[in-house]
Formats: sequence, C-alpha cells, structure tokens
Amino acid sequence: MTAPRRADVCVVALAECFRGDGELFASPMGTIPTIGARLARATFEPDLVLTDGIATAVAGTLPLGGAPGDNGTVVEGWMPFRTVFDTLWWGRRHVVMGATQVDRRGNQNIACIGDWERPKAMLLGMRGAPGNTINHTTSYWVPKQSDRVFVEAVDFVSGLGYDRAAAVGGAARFHEIRAVVSDLGVFDFPAPDHTMRLVSVHPGVSVGDVVAATGFDLDVGEHAEVGVTRTPTAAEMDVIEEIDPGGLRYREVPDPEPQA
Amino acid sequence: MADKTVSAGDAAAAVRSGMTVGIGGWGSRRKPMELVRALLRTDVDDLTVVSWGGPDLGLLCATKKASTVHYPFCTLDSIPLEPHFRKARQDAAVSAIEWDEGMFYWGLTAGSMRLPFLPSRAGLGSDVFRSDPRLRTVASPYTDEDLVAVPPLRFDVAFVHVNRADAAGNGQILGADPYFDDLFCKCADAVYMSAEAVVPTAALLDAGPLPTLRINRMAVTGVVEAPGGAGFTECPPDYGRDEAAQKEYAATARDPDAFDAWLAAWLDQDGAR
Repeated sequence: MTAPRRADVCVVALAECFRGDGELFASPMGTIPTIGARLARATFEPDLVLTDGIATAVAGTLPLGGAPGDNGTVVEGWMPFRTVFDTLWWGRRHVVMGATQVDRRGNQNIACIGDWERPKAMLLGMRGAPGNTINHTTSYWVPKQSDRVFVEAVDFVSGLGYDRAAAVGGAARFHEIRAVVSDLGVFDFPAPDHTMRLVSVHPGVSVGDVVAATGFDLDVGEHAEVGVTRTPTAAEMDVIEEIDPGGLRYREVPDPEPQA
Repeated sequence: MADKTVSAGDAAAAVRSGMTVGIGGWGSRRKPMELVRALLRTDVDDLTVVSWGGPDLGLLCATKKASTVHYPFCTLDSIPLEPHFRKARQDAAVSAIEWDEGMFYWGLTAGSMRLPFLPSRAGLGSDVFRSDPRLRTVASPYTDEDLVAVPPLRFDVAFVHVNRADAAGNGQILGADPYFDDLFCKCADAVYMSAEAVVPTAALLDAGPLPTLRINRMAVTGVVEAPGGAGFTECPPDYGRDEAAQKEYAATARDPDAFDAWLAAWLDQDGAR
C-alpha cells in the first residue's frame, strides 16, 4: 500500500466526522472534505447522499473532478440549489465548511476580516453559513491551522458557535458543531460550556504544536486524554487513491517540513 | 401572443438612475452578461443591485454604477473571490447588504408572493443583523420561539439569461440548475430575459422536456436574442465558462488603467445590440 501521509490522515479524520450519520445529504466543501465524505460512503456510511459538486446526486465512488458515469457511477437524483435549501431546512444534511476564522465556541467567519463596513479583506460573504449551522450538523475543515485562524473572537459571525446558539434559545435546537479538523488535529465541543477541546493530534504533531497554533485557551486534556488521529487502513488508502489518483490532497495539505 | 423581442439596448433603457435591479444566474453561471454590457453603455448610476453575486456585481461595482449591493456571496467560482467586488467593499465604495443564502431565497419567495415577510430560522444568532440593521425578528404565534422576518426582495427591473425562449417570453433553462431566475422574474416590475436563441413556440420542446420550461411569459416584459449572452460565464449545455476570458477580467482589478482598457474593449465587442 501507499504509505499514508499527513493529507491522508486528514481525509480519514474528515470521513470520521460522518460516522453514524446514516441516510442524509453530506455536503463537503474543499478537496480533502470531499475525499473524506466519498471515503466514508465507500466504507462505513454507505447510505450517505453525495453530489458531483454541482446539481446531480451520484451513486458509486466518483473520482475528484469526475462526472456521473465515471468509475461506474450513476445518477441517482437531482440536487439543484433550491433543493439544497429545502433539504437543509428539513435538517437532513451535514455540511463541512471552511473557516477563515474559528473561535473557542465554534463561531466561524468566512465573510470578511476587519470591520464589516470597510473590511481589510473581503472574503466570500456569509454564504449559507448562518442557515446551515442553525438547521443541521456542521463540521469545519482548516487546512492550515494558525493562531490567525483559531482566534479568540471572530471578526464576523457567519456560522453560529455554541454561545450564539444558546443566546438564540429554542429556535437553535438543531445546532451541532460535530468537529473541527485541521492539518494538525481533531477538535470537538463536549464540555458543558461547549468550549473547544483537542481530541487528537495527527501523527508527528505534538500537543504543544497545536497550542502554539491556537489563539485561545484550548482544552488539551482537562476532560480526557488527547489521542492520536488514526491512520488510514490499506483498504482505505486504495479507496482514497481511487477518488484522488492525481494527489490533489497533497496540494491542500503538503507534507510537514522535517524537524530540524 | 405578443412579440416581445427587443434589443439589449432597449432592455437597458428600462433602467434609470436610482433603481433597484435584480440579476439572475448564480456566481459565474448563466449570468445575463449581454444585458449587463448594454446597461454599462448607458449613463445610469446610483443603482441598487441584487444578485447571487458574480462578475455582474463585480462589473457594476468597478464601473461605479452600483451604489448599493445586496448579495449572499460574490464569486467567480473557479476564482473563489470576485476581485472587483472585493476592491469596492475594501474601499467602502459601495453600501453593502449581506444575507444568508437561504434568507435570499426566502426574500425572493416573499417578493414573488407579495408577502411583507417570511419567517426564517436561517440568520438567527448570526451577524446578518450587523450587515442589515433593518432586519427584525418575529415571535411565533404557535411556539415559544422568535424567527427572522425576512423582508421581500423587489426590483424595478430584473435581468435573466436562459438557453431558449420564444418571442412571447416563455423561457427554457436546459442546464442542470435553474437557480432562482423564475423568482427574480416574479419580483420585478419589468423583466428582460435574454436567450441563446429565440425559437418558435412549437420548437421549445425539441430542446428539452416540459420541466425545462421554467419561466412563463406572464412574468416577462421583453425578450432579447443574445447568442453567447452569458458572456464568459457558463451556460450549459450551450457552452462552459471561458476561463481565459474570466482570468483576464479578474486580473484587471489590480490596475485601474488595465480595467479601463479591458472595459473599453469589452463594451466595443459586438453583442446583441
């Protein structure tokens, strides 16, 4: 088998986000989340609904950039944007979004850096993040963790964290931030006050590395031991190769620099 | 049935300074670029532009036609951040209203239904209330919860681009995603629809099945035949995105002189005038 690299560990960590989801619409944004969701369906979550990234629900294992029909895949449904909104309001969806900033309570910003009125850097806009996070399960993918991404407070709340959801009250009862996966580790929010906890570090990463790349007070083991993210099995590596034969994942997360 | 065919210039002439214009499509996908080009040839300004933002929004910002932009995002898809729009936002050259995507869909729905608002869970707890301080919540009369009261989107004029149309204004969308163009048409006082081809009514079903007839002539004021009318944005199955042309457009955001030169050449191109 091909020896697993950092990006492959990230793929498996993203796949694990979908474990237990059953029959719902998985919406991964980004290269590694897309490989992860397709890996999850090809292995332990066979009932996930996935699209080609455009408007077609596809059965089978679709390679990145592929069209229905490739690799023996077939069209199983129609998923234009209007249906995406209908589905997410219905709640049968788990999205993995990016986060230019994410804070200790899981608030996410993809809209702008700096002041809203005159941003230092205008980003995508809030897109569907407010509606996604209040309607169904959300996870986040951060391909390059740093203390500029993991911040004390986000500049603009696109996706709701646990404090914002609590302030909303009953209408936010479907809110769940399942996990945050970065190039360094996996995080979740199990504490009663829902502050971010380090679940596992990827092989070769220390807890100190993660803390150094975090701009807030991270829970690094007050509630449980920090584990090591599992590496893909040989069978999983075969599926990952089938989905991403060109190795685009290694461009999203390059191999770490060797320690000096 | 009336023949509603007009020129792109006639369609653009319906827009006057200070109006609100809704533009269909999504990002850099099936945008009515020929109608936008015709609009850029006029001297109107101070427009409020409402759009699932793509190069339409970027261009109307860069040319200072837009004084207010209302959007849930602005992207060129293959180039994630629309550089002309970014520049306008970062220079505070336009007023901005940014909504959640689902709220935007709901605003179009409320507008098309002539309702004062529709309740929405999307938006609650987020900074959408910072980007649009007019927004209010409404108490559910049945349960103990408050929801966002999404106001209707209404336009003086809407522009959409479709694959086929007949002269009476029946529009056919052949791509995999019809986006929300039918709702844009129902939210506007005047609607101009460009089409890759204007065909006899009897020929509409030659190109695709009944559900592709997304836009009914009741909602259309004028029809513009505009082959290639989505410009460099994609218009499947007729054509994909012209990535090279889009890249060229995007690169001009760094240099006003380069943009002026690009714009002059673009406006000079022979579209469906």
